[in-house]
Amino acid sequence: MNSLGFNPVSPLVRSIPPSGIRRFFDLVSEMDDVISLGVGEPDFVTPWRIREAAIYSLERGRTMYTSNYGLLELREAIAEDLAGRHNLSYDPKSEILITVGVSEAMDLVMRALLTPGDEVIIPEPCYVSYKPCTILAGGTPVVIPTRVEDGFRPTAEQIEAAISDKTRILILSYPNNPTGATMSAQELIPLTEVAQKHNLLVVADEIYDHLTYEGEHTSVAALPGMQERTILLNGFSKAYAMTGWRVGYAAANREIIGAMTKIHQYTMLCASIMGQNAALEALRHGAPERERMVTEYDQRRRLIVAGLCEAGLECFEPGGAFYVFPSIKATGMSSEEFCEKLLKQEKVAVVPGNAFGESGEGYIRCSYASSLQEIKEAIARISRFVKPYLD
Amino acid sequence: MQDLQKKILEILEEDDRTTPEEIATMLGVSANEVRAIIGQLEDNKTIVKYHALVNWEKTDADLVEALIEVQVTPEREFGFDTIAERIYRFPEVRSVFLMSGGYDLTVLVWGRSMKEVAYFVATKLSTLEHVQSTATHFILKKYKQEGVILEDKDVNQRLVVSP
Repeated sequence: MNSLGFNPVSPLVRSIPPSGIRRFFDLVSEMDDVISLGVGEPDFVTPWRIREAAIYSLERGRTMYTSNYGLLELREAIAEDLAGRHNLSYDPKSEILITVGVSEAMDLVMRALLTPGDEVIIPEPCYVSYKPCTILAGGTPVVIPTRVEDGFRPTAEQIEAAISDKTRILILSYPNNPTGATMSAQELIPLTEVAQKHNLLVVADEIYDHLTYEGEHTSVAALPGMQERTILLNGFSKAYAMTGWRVGYAAANREIIGAMTKIHQYTMLCASIMGQNAALEALRHGAPERERMVTEYDQRRRLIVAGLCEAGLECFEPGGAFYVFPSIKATGMSSEEFCEKLLKQEKVAVVPGNAFGESGEGYIRCSYASSLQEIKEAIARISRFVKPYLD
Repeated sequence: MQDLQKKILEILEEDDRTTPEEIATMLGVSANEVRAIIGQLEDNKTIVKYHALVNWEKTDADLVEALIEVQVTPEREFGFDTIAERIYRFPEVRSVFLMSGGYDLTVLVWGRSMKEVAYFVATKLSTLEHVQSTATHFILKKYKQEGVILEDKDVNQRLVVSP
């Protein structure tokens, strides 16, 4: 105990477990020469064109606050992008909010929409923040475990079964971190029908949308009857290798964006203008570099999936993002045990699947946002590591 | 087919040690198909050579490189090609390009010293019939070559593990 004689931390925050990744991060940080497939961000540096535009905007003295909603020019460019790609129509003046990454947007959505006791349906394995954001906003997470047999996609029946009279939000995040699962329009429609039937709001985290390798990405908001009840979250981190700039956005109806902006203006004021100017350049001129990176991810994806399968690990074929999520159940080890031993014996870092929810137990997340050389070497080491367990 | 060819070339240009099997996996085609295409590309000299990009500044080799602007009088019937050939046959010459603009040929020449390069230009290059004038520029430092930044300062600064 501290010298205060009481625990200063609120019970709510105490009730949230620390991120499962944290412990592992500390372990890896103590070691040298580790090949890390544990990184959730591109290995590319932000394309020079975008960096150069940001430098220019600094030279021109663009260092002020922007509107709470974000630069209007950027919101207009986003509206145009969404119209062009998904045939969605958002008013840039009132239906788009620029946030400090999708992370902030997720927090805002939960706080703006939830009343204590409201339930949020979260398909797992999923990104680590959905549950904590729900809890911090007073909501109750209701987890649906997705199964590899279903391609790590939730089924309409699973969602139906999880719905109570307190259910308010369904989170859908495809392409998915950590599984790499994607959902086509056909696969999404049964889910959106359930959402409509039960009058749920859908929070769609589509940060990996451009990193879709099989077919085209379908935005949840673009499905019949969904735009009004969807809060579409996206950003620039993954597609344009801009994680550190912290720029994301939310697009939704005026009422919801207004409510989110209310919180945003008191807590964040605005996203950094440097980041916003860089994002604007990314939208206007970043496509060729983005496509180049996507092509490379796709090639690495095929190589890593083939390599892991050859090593004897059952590997779900990811259609998007930059992760593979192989099963390590055949080795008889738990996810954490596997990752720790792999790290110590072969100096390869991957993330235990259970860091993304209980249903991730028995799996590991390998990111292929690493160079081909590193991926090849990591596969060789993983093969050597698992061999005695599989023979 | 054309598209597959282009993708194979891009992969090999990036790293020619990538094996046909690896390329096949990366592109979702068979290794035999990749081998056949590479064979064709080698036969028709689309793939001219496999080589390493060396930063000689990192070694103790005495090497001087110069870019020489050459103005020539094109030859009747043959245009610039025969004069270019007479120049590129010298082993000292690394590259020869026909240019638009203020002069005709860009010639990159290697030597062990500035004196050696200058001597080559004075005795071999400028004395060639049809060569009107030359201007020699010594290369002091190479920052980027063949699309590669030679001393890349963009080291990986990512956290080792992140969600």
